[in-house]
Amino acid sequence: MTLNPRELTRRDLLSRGAAAGTAFVVGSGYVAGTSTAWAMEVAHLKPATMATLIHMARDIYPHDHVADAFYAAAVKGYDSAEAAPMIEDGIAGLNAAAQGAGHSSYVDAGWERDRVDILRDMEKSTFFQTIRGGLVTGLYNQKEVWPLFGYEGESYSKGGYIDRGFDDINWV
Amino acid sequence: MTAPFDLSDDSVVVVIGTGAGGGVLANELAQKGVSVVALEAGGRYLPEDYINDEWESFGQLAWLDARTTSGDWRVANDFSGLPAWIVKAVGGTTTHWAGASLRFQDHEWKAASTYGPVQGANLLDWPIDPREMDDYYTRAEDKLGVTRTGGRAGLPGCNNYKVFEAGAKAIGYKEVHTGRMAINSADNDDRPACQQTGFCFQGCKWGAKWSAAYTDIPRGEATGNLEVRDRAHVLKIEHDASGKVTGVLYADADGNQHLQRARVVCVAGNSIESPRLLLNSASSMFPDGLANSSGQVGRNYMRHMTGSVYAVFDQPVKMWRGTTMAGIIQDEARHDPSRGFVGGYELETLALGLPFMAAFLDPGAWGREFTTALDAYENMAGMWIVGEDMPQETNRITLNMDVKDQYGLPVPNVHFDDHPNDIAMRNHAYKQGMAVYDAVGATRVFPTPPYPSTHNLGTNRMSENPRDGVVNAHGQTHDITNLFISDGSQFTTGAAENPTLTIVALAIRQADHIAGELSKGTL
Repeated sequence: MTLNPRELTRRDLLSRGAAAGTAFVVGSGYVAGTSTAWAMEVAHLKPATMATLIHMARDIYPHDHVADAFYAAAVKGYDSAEAAPMIEDGIAGLNAAAQGAGHSSYVDAGWERDRVDILRDMEKSTFFQTIRGGLVTGLYNQKEVWPLFGYEGESYSKGGYIDRGFDDINWV
Repeated sequence: MTAPFDLSDDSVVVVIGTGAGGGVLANELAQKGVSVVALEAGGRYLPEDYINDEWESFGQLAWLDARTTSGDWRVANDFSGLPAWIVKAVGGTTTHWAGASLRFQDHEWKAASTYGPVQGANLLDWPIDPREMDDYYTRAEDKLGVTRTGGRAGLPGCNNYKVFEAGAKAIGYKEVHTGRMAINSADNDDRPACQQTGFCFQGCKWGAKWSAAYTDIPRGEATGNLEVRDRAHVLKIEHDASGKVTGVLYADADGNQHLQRARVVCVAGNSIESPRLLLNSASSMFPDGLANSSGQVGRNYMRHMTGSVYAVFDQPVKMWRGTTMAGIIQDEARHDPSRGFVGGYELETLALGLPFMAAFLDPGAWGREFTTALDAYENMAGMWIVGEDMPQETNRITLNMDVKDQYGLPVPNVHFDDHPNDIAMRNHAYKQGMAVYDAVGATRVFPTPPYPSTHNLGTNRMSENPRDGVVNAHGQTHDITNLFISDGSQFTTGAAENPTLTIVALAIRQADHIAGELSKGTL
């Protein structure tokens, strides 16, 4: 369930938690972007867990021109009674690994390379592979993401490209 | 006007599968007045049903019944439950195929004689003279409306082709064109010209690409001699005490089982399901499975030596626009052992949409090395490599007794190890493919591993001697006179070319043979 950011209260915004680093606002029952451009309710996961999961998703498939909202949408499905225990365990393990590497939590590791080092050490784990595998469709099969990569999707409804540039490049 | 045949009608020819082999055979027999019941495991989808969305279409059309994998091929690791990307629908994989329609080169019918002994390879000559195929190839090309044959013009080149052609010419390749494609370049045979829509793999919504689903199948039905039962999944072929087959047991859409009697049974379920069905039909008389006195049923599984090369440029390509595979370089298709391998390969343009590119560019990869490649998706060009792979006895379809399908039958396990010749050829092809793109200014190239198999071949192979294979030169099993194999599983060797045209040509030839034998009363 996506919340309209305007519905967030000022108090919620000020509750920006240390647990989620600086990237997200973690409120009671929701996670939001610090820009408040998006927000997501969470019912089964701790909001801080979801915030960390979104961060992990971006670190696995980082696209700097793709906003957090799309990563949030990609992992939203894990906020279920069925998936929550696995995710809470996995994120707890991720934070423990981060603490072992001298950070207070995963999201508090400020440099991407430090977080990627943590992920590399666990990339064979079922948890990592589940998240990574799910993102392949969860992220890249969002139709709203396609234009960000230039991909135009179906063209049949527009009559194909026969008159719309199937051979329009002139640089070769 | 669909002919309804009775389950107890033992005068019919039963064809199992309705793709390039079974769909064409069923129609060709029906045109000759032979009564045919075609049983198709999948449902019936027509162009208006096709979905131009990669994953959604995959869910609609792909064969997703449980399968297992083993061997050193990367597919067994990356897509362990999906050894093949083929279709479960009326028309079979002719809905999904790209349309590339190439004849074998003469020497490829005689691989064992031409290449000589290759250690670890179970090479054999086809028991067919290449000259005998000339007329059947012509009939197949006319049926499919193949461009650049029979006076039909080639397709125009799309952006992906323009990059490919310029690179090919820059490094000296001569045989470069937009392919011989079963995709209309002009209105033909009640099908329109290609509208450069992309999504050839998801079923052509225009019907510009030939598919048995909307050509041979309805035309066969229109004769009144063909009944196609969709969602009819064949479980077992039955036989009598004399060892002749008598009918097939199948499950309908509701899971109810029926026995269709038959005078002749033709198996065309693709190179994974066809041997699986023979093995699952084992009886006290045939304990190793039907038609398996040679022990070759399920063996010599070939999938073509494949791979892809993608490249990124500093300018847009928009490779998804236009015909997916209308582009070919044939200079490397020759047999020239000085390259370090026997046989040859084709380079063909290929494009994937963003969702499939994410899944197939480098399965399992993550991090910026991977994502920066996708960031450049709009500037990406792509080609596919398809070459002859070596038949090996140990590459095979077996029954996995530990895993059962929805009918309680053992699922097929697909075991594949690359032969050293396959690896040498792939490395050569990667190098050449990357050189093509480097020659036109690629800023980054990607030698991409093989996808789940689309070309599944060889598991009931044709042989002169019954000791060496499963079927004779007409696809008739050596062991059982009224049991035929009608799909790519009868391929003795794979050749470098995309197999559909040859499957179709062999189906036309087999229909001539079966109809002749039926009229002579010898079947």
